[in-house]
Amino acid sequence: MIKLGAVYLLAGLMFAGFAAFSGLDRANPKRWGNTAFWTLVAVSFLAGDRLGDLGNGVLVLGLALLAGLGFLGRSRPATTSPDERMAMAERFGNRLFVPALVLPLAVALGVLALKPVQLGGVPLMDPKQATLISLALAVVAALTTALALLRQPPAAPIQEGRRLADTIGWAALLPQYLAALGAVFALAGVGNQIGHLVTAYLPVDTRFAAVSVYCVGMAAFTMLMGNAFAAFPVLTGGVAIPILVGHFGGNPAVIASIGMLSGFCGTLMTPLAANFNLVPSALLELPDRYAVIKAQVPTALLMLIVNTVLMYVLAFR
Amino acid sequence: MLILLGVAVIVVGFAIRLNPLLVVVAAALTSGWFAGLSPLQVIAAFGKAFNENRFVSAAYLVLPLVGVLERAGLREQAGRIIGRLRGVSAGRLLISYMVFRQLTTAAGLQPIAGHAQTIRPIVAPMAEAAAEARDGPPAPATRYAIRAMASATDNVAVFFSEDIFVAMGSVLLMVGFLTSARIVLDPIHLSVWAIPSALAAFAIHATRLVLFDRRLARPAPAAAPEAVQP
Repeated sequence: MIKLGAVYLLAGLMFAGFAAFSGLDRANPKRWGNTAFWTLVAVSFLAGDRLGDLGNGVLVLGLALLAGLGFLGRSRPATTSPDERMAMAERFGNRLFVPALVLPLAVALGVLALKPVQLGGVPLMDPKQATLISLALAVVAALTTALALLRQPPAAPIQEGRRLADTIGWAALLPQYLAALGAVFALAGVGNQIGHLVTAYLPVDTRFAAVSVYCVGMAAFTMLMGNAFAAFPVLTGGVAIPILVGHFGGNPAVIASIGMLSGFCGTLMTPLAANFNLVPSALLELPDRYAVIKAQVPTALLMLIVNTVLMYVLAFR
Repeated sequence: MLILLGVAVIVVGFAIRLNPLLVVVAAALTSGWFAGLSPLQVIAAFGKAFNENRFVSAAYLVLPLVGVLERAGLREQAGRIIGRLRGVSAGRLLISYMVFRQLTTAAGLQPIAGHAQTIRPIVAPMAEAAAEARDGPPAPATRYAIRAMASATDNVAVFFSEDIFVAMGSVLLMVGFLTSARIVLDPIHLSVWAIPSALAAFAIHATRLVLFDRRLARPAPAAAPEAVQP
């Protein structure tokens, strides 16, 4: 059975490759900072389960200090020039899209067709992790296709991957940091504390007020926690089930479903949802870290109003 | 109450743009301290959770593929294709992408596209080329606005159609939580009630993209004084 461990091994080797090429990169004045950073990430993927909790904690502190004290530099590995790229685009034409299509097709094949496959009673891949395992297999298939079809040098995957990884920089790890922060917040009871405040101090005595408190609360709480999944149990348990379902007799399927979508309105507006909002800004090389959030705010606010009205209209028929 | 200071650390730290990795660690230490945990306990808890969440960063496995394709000219080719089409605009292109992304995501195929593998190498260059074909080479600020709108479109499309797929993690989380509150529901009922919001999201965001096109078509204000020069 293919498990998540195989994906981590592959990712660990990739980050180790980024670290090795960073060390050889004399053109980057901060090359040792980059080397140390990607080495620690590689260690986390290759040996994280053997470091112990405190060991992992020290690793996390090390990464944060390297990033926060400015030891990371943007590398510029030798790549093709804009003119060379245009010439290759003219030569390869639409063949360039073949590997780009192999990736989604192979992911779809993995998720839809390979996930149920069993070999001698054992699933081919860990069913809980089928998406990520499919993505890893699809990357290998697409990369092999790309190297063969477009005749790129064998070192290109690591050098070009490193170019993109250094474009994102420390922001690459922010989603994982925020996921870990969510666990610490849960341990400290932050979510329950905010839930108590919402239920104790906000008006929930009319049906419309209660619907508004739940929907806007889901969005606001999600903005603070970075994740609608953290907000959902607190506000659904605190407001939706006792008041909207219990007191006002609303349909729980409508309330839960639209409540979660109200939380997603918050996800669109918070820097704490870094993988959706901050990593893309870095990937697209936007000078304003918050440019993607700013582009999303009008849609998010309108959708919050729509969700509130939809819940009010659909849940109490 | 004081454990909420961790949230305050996050809000202030992000607002004054300190390095977010340090801000996150400081927030964990703050909330943990007021919850009665020692700094070492917080660091161990943080390290444990970081290790358990490695799957979040494993998605960067697509970077070598995207980099190789960029090296071979994928972004240029994406732009060339669009440059040849007539009547295409950045907004209309993003509306088409949104339709594709909402339909495939509702069918459970959310991982087939994304910011690294689709927006950066294909969709954003196409949108920039579409704007260039219609209105001439965009100013840098316009380019950044088009790219940000491309990523925003991906997020809006995914968020408001993923719950239509019954096996999506958020749907299963809702079913699990409601079951623990003794409300037993079939996931399909939750999925059905995600459809009205998906349609509304398309209507709202597509309208914004049409307006975005109109804004792009207007000449940049900085270029206006040149017009009155003799």
